Amino acid sequence: MTDYLVNATHLKKSFGANQAVDDISLQVKAGEIYGLVGSDGAGKTTTMRLLVGALRPDAGEITVCGYDVLKQVDNVRAQVGYLSQRFSLYEDLTVLENIRFFAEVRGLSQKEWLPRSMEILEFVGLGNFKDRRAGQLSGGMKQKLGLASALVTRPRLLLLDEPTTGVDPVTRQDFWQLVIKLVSAPALSGVEAQAPQRPSTADFAKSASSSAQDGVSVIISTPYMDEASRCHRVGFMKLGRIIAEDTPSNLRARLAERVLELRGDPINTLRHIAHHDGDVEDVAAFGDKLHLRVKEGRARAVIERLTGVIAAEGATLLELRLVPPTLEDVFIALSER
Amino acid sequence: MNSRLISIIRKEFIQIGRDMRTLVMILVIPIMQLFLLGYSATSDVRNIPLAVLDQSRSPESRSLLDSYRAADYFVIAFTVDSEAEIETLIEGGEARAAVIIPPDYAERLADGNAQVAFILDGSDPTSASTALSAAQLISQSHATALLTERVARTGMNLKVQPPVQVHTTVWYNPDMVSAYFTIPGVIGMILYAIAAILTATSVVRERERGTIEQLIVTPIRPWELIVGKLMPYVILGFFNTIEVLAFGHWWFGVPIRGDLGLILLSSGIFLVTGLGIGLFSSTIANTQQEAMLTVWMTLLPSIFLSGFFFPLEAMPVFLQWLSYLMPLRYFLVIIRSLLLKGVGLATIQTEFLLMSLFAVGIMTAAALRFRKRLD
Repeated sequence: MTDYLVNATHLKKSFGANQAVDDISLQVKAGEIYGLVGSDGAGKTTTMRLLVGALRPDAGEITVCGYDVLKQVDNVRAQVGYLSQRFSLYEDLTVLENIRFFAEVRGLSQKEWLPRSMEILEFVGLGNFKDRRAGQLSGGMKQKLGLASALVTRPRLLLLDEPTTGVDPVTRQDFWQLVIKLVSAPALSGVEAQAPQRPSTADFAKSASSSAQDGVSVIISTPYMDEASRCHRVGFMKLGRIIAEDTPSNLRARLAERVLELRGDPINTLRHIAHHDGDVEDVAAFGDKLHLRVKEGRARAVIERLTGVIAAEGATLLELRLVPPTLEDVFIALSER
Repeated sequence: MNSRLISIIRKEFIQIGRDMRTLVMILVIPIMQLFLLGYSATSDVRNIPLAVLDQSRSPESRSLLDSYRAADYFVIAFTVDSEAEIETLIEGGEARAAVIIPPDYAERLADGNAQVAFILDGSDPTSASTALSAAQLISQSHATALLTERVARTGMNLKVQPPVQVHTTVWYNPDMVSAYFTIPGVIGMILYAIAAILTATSVVRERERGTIEQLIVTPIRPWELIVGKLMPYVILGFFNTIEVLAFGHWWFGVPIRGDLGLILLSSGIFLVTGLGIGLFSSTIANTQQEAMLTVWMTLLPSIFLSGFFFPLEAMPVFLQWLSYLMPLRYFLVIIRSLLLKGVGLATIQTEFLLMSLFAVGIMTAAALRFRKRLD
């Protein structure tokens, strides 16, 4: 039990008749990136808020960094950086003033906060903007400022609630680089290769790790599958429950030999044909391709059958082959259950 | 002091300093209200434009008009030749009153039964009643003067005196300047309105922008958040009190007869009421506009049912009862008594106690609701 940085068991929380979190158990190890994935209303935000003690569970137990969230919430919060979904900073304060405020209310002394804030601002790439009002930052920069203010106390656990929702792909990429840098702090060579022009970046990552022995752990919720695949482990949430939890590759392995990719013309005819095959469970469109999920062990039979039917219908078949499943395929399959 | 508290207070002051709307509210509005109400909310009636139709044109009629001129209640603005002209002037609002002296005024005066007509525009009852009593007073003293003169002329050495003499003395505000009554009220209104509106909007803004979500997960305790958010407005509220008091004293000449410490203490306690109303409103409202509206909804009955403009004694009993629920009512009694009468705490202890009870009650309810909304 003490190996886990986060250990939550049988959590329940309801709002009126709505069972937002229904018997969730969740363990996260030090240095792990754990992704909570699910559609809107699956219970991701409620779970996050329970973990940080912003909500009291109706039932269940949570320990974070060895402290009981229900009894020692202040100790917990001293170790946790939390970025809420609608996270927001004081737009009329400057970047540095924002960080200073969040550093001070978390108990950093006058002497500590300034060097550390500068260190973190350099780390997230906002060093040159410290005197700019937060309201005048771009969306991506605001995101980074949010991350910086959550990091200022060098937390051992970072809870990020949909931090990249509504953010452009380049910024998302940047943001993930930062998260990965944080977690992989002990392996500094990679970090330095990525950002040789900023030596203080590495300094920060080093000091973050030395205070925590291991790298920072991250729990991140996201609706994006590409982000889920970057996590070490993923929990898939539906209706307040975690219905599947594993590493991305193990999750993908659940559908091994069961996903076919179909290309051809006209695509609507192909979709129609695929739908009517008894061994095809689902047809999903990915741009100009279709992904067919077939019953266990029927891939070969489906390929043969469809090739014939498509030719008989007069449609063109460009490609029909077995492909490795994507996380998206897995989640679509899980969602239907 | 607690370092988290200092951080919150400092942050709040930076935000206040950068928000134009808040700055205007703190610096300009109190003075504007003071001047507006100090000058406009006055029932002092001076210089009523008077139309005169003197059909007598005699030394006697001129002497009567002189006594009108001597009192500064009236200004003889028009001298007309017909009653029709009087009607036009009063209808048009150019003249508010008129005197008609009949052609036989001088002769009838000699007989001892002279009559003059006084016409009054009653559409504004306040100024009409002042004008009426002024006109009666002027006529009476003129008549007394004439009588004395006549008696003296007959050679009888007789002192003419009405059987009963009433000597009136007005205490505390001998010149009955309305500003003396209004300005202490303005202090109450500003403490209440500014404190409540600023508190409500600043708390709701945190919720509106989502920053409160970040605050909840810091080690900040609810009471620190409440005190930290309110403290700047306590300081600004005191600043406003002193500002209005100083302007009232030196510009409008409002006396400060009571103990200044006691005045500030009462203002401070009343300020807590305003802050409490603001905090409470913030727990009801979801947007800053809603918060502002909520405060206004409590402000209007407060002003009308506290004796700010209208005397409570003249209200229906039901409204009088309702007025006991208005904390402003108690503060107005206290601040007016302290400023104008210079009384001590003993005289106003009932109001003082009730006001304090309201302050503690409202603030406690607000703080509890605020805490509950955080979860």
